[in-house]
Amino acid sequence: MTELLQFVFSGLTVGAVYALVALGFSIIYNASHVINFAQGEFVMIGGMTTVSLMSLGLPMPAAIALAILVGVAVGLALEKFAVEPARNASVTALIIITIGASITLRGLAQIVWDKNAHPMPPFSGDEPIVIAGATILPQSLWVLGAALVIVVALRWFFNGTLLGKAMQAVAVNRTAARLVGIPVQSMLLLSFGLSAMLGAAAGILIAPITLTAYDVGIMIGLKGFAAAILGGLGNGAGAVAGGLLLGVAEALGAGYISSAYKDAIAFVAILLVLFFMPRGLFGAGSAERV
Amino acid sequence: MASARSGGTLALAGVLLVLPLILPNRYFLDVAILVCFNAVVCVGLNLLIGYAGQISLGHAGFFGLGAYASAILSGTYSWPPLAAMLAGALAVALLALVVGRPILRLKGHYLAMATLGLGIIISIVLTTEDRITGGPDGMSVPPLDVLGWTLSGEENWYWLAAGLLLLVVVLALNLIASPIGRAFRAIGSAELGAEVMGIRSARYKLMAFVISAVLAALAGSLAAHYAGFVTPGKVGFFHSIELVTMVVFGGMASTFGAVVGAAVLTVLPQLLTVFKEYEIIVFGLVLMGTMVFMPRGLVPTLAGLVGRRAG
Repeated sequence: MTELLQFVFSGLTVGAVYALVALGFSIIYNASHVINFAQGEFVMIGGMTTVSLMSLGLPMPAAIALAILVGVAVGLALEKFAVEPARNASVTALIIITIGASITLRGLAQIVWDKNAHPMPPFSGDEPIVIAGATILPQSLWVLGAALVIVVALRWFFNGTLLGKAMQAVAVNRTAARLVGIPVQSMLLLSFGLSAMLGAAAGILIAPITLTAYDVGIMIGLKGFAAAILGGLGNGAGAVAGGLLLGVAEALGAGYISSAYKDAIAFVAILLVLFFMPRGLFGAGSAERV
Repeated sequence: MASARSGGTLALAGVLLVLPLILPNRYFLDVAILVCFNAVVCVGLNLLIGYAGQISLGHAGFFGLGAYASAILSGTYSWPPLAAMLAGALAVALLALVVGRPILRLKGHYLAMATLGLGIIISIVLTTEDRITGGPDGMSVPPLDVLGWTLSGEENWYWLAAGLLLLVVVLALNLIASPIGRAFRAIGSAELGAEVMGIRSARYKLMAFVISAVLAALAGSLAAHYAGFVTPGKVGFFHSIELVTMVVFGGMASTFGAVVGAAVLTVLPQLLTVFKEYEIIVFGLVLMGTMVFMPRGLVPTLAGLVGRRAG
């Protein structure tokens, strides 16, 4: 029982990170129907920038704030210089553009920083907290708490502010949104900035637990995509649920079946779900119009 | 159309014939051989992506299964290499047939996710089962030996690879011009429309999937014998992406585009080594730039330019 609880704790922690990345995928997908394969690189940029700014002597909160700004700047640049000029390209071409972007960013990271894994100090202490026999790191509580705050804030943003509602309108019907005077192009830009922010935040939150390196974005990015698909692409609540489910499934699989197959378990789970529910767990059942 | 087809085939045959005469040394021949193997995979993948309109981000998995089937059966179990290769291709065909049925019901990004997942699972299994596959270090592969005659030397390998490429191109062109190819294209442009016309799309999508998987497995087997070594690197996500990129870069729904894409993107990294640590950045920028400025890919865009000037 203790063991199970332990696995669930670690699963939820990683799952919260997947959820943030999955939300990033969903936000961009909703605004532009682009799957941004560079999403994982925002995670890398968040973690690596924080680490290097702290090594320059900046206090942690300042380093984190700056790192998120850097992530957002990269996200905006990606939309402006790579996605926007290719407005009429096919889905496959857009996938390759974002993959090209992620290769470029990873290459840049190798030169700006190095190929080593870097530790980051936890936000507050590293004394494990014991809950019902299982232990949880204070950093895990930071991850879960921050993810919760971000999700609630996003909900308020999308449902309670005019800007958020405008973004939703673009997601529902781009032409109609333009007709009522919403600047669609700015909303696309905003969606990239917003998901870059989520990715960078996720990268900073998880770095004290898993270390960070120039190539951490690949797997986290793929898992985030998997989580977004699991929850039904474009469904915000689904992305969060998908991320947490994926994290827990992975932790349980690694704990009870085989730790070497940890990553494979996540993808087997995705395939099984897709075989039986081709639009994800919470995907809309709407028929495709011709 | 028919004349353009045979003209293109003749041009390709000419280039393949002349190439060994003008290439200055063995290193270039080695690159040419790799181009041929990649092009075989891409011509197959193009049937699936370019014609039938179904994306796959997992074909390196099939390539890897072919390579490891050859390595394990002909190496560890001393099978004749040809038998090992056929067994690998057959196993991949079966796998593609079984998995393809549920996977190909998915559309768009869901299909991308499923094929990506399939590729990653194959790659993780090959990396983890290290007692059989040698794990991350890979394993050596015996030379290609047919009835006591051993294929060796870049020249001989080049003729084999070039001959195979030409054969695959001719077969692909014929397939595309056949009713099956028309069905592929109908599904690729409007799946529901094709269904309404009486085309059983599930069957044709599966056919394209299996053909492309088997071609990838065959190329994987040969590449493994040629290199004498396999590592899980060639099975991973990144190689799957490279393959799709070659197809899209060269131009979707263009068989010669797939060959050109494979050639350019196999040669490019070799040229980029002059940029040393900036190599990967330049590679990424080239990918992005081509897709931004030529979203239809190299060959169709150039053909369009030439056509406009001529017309």
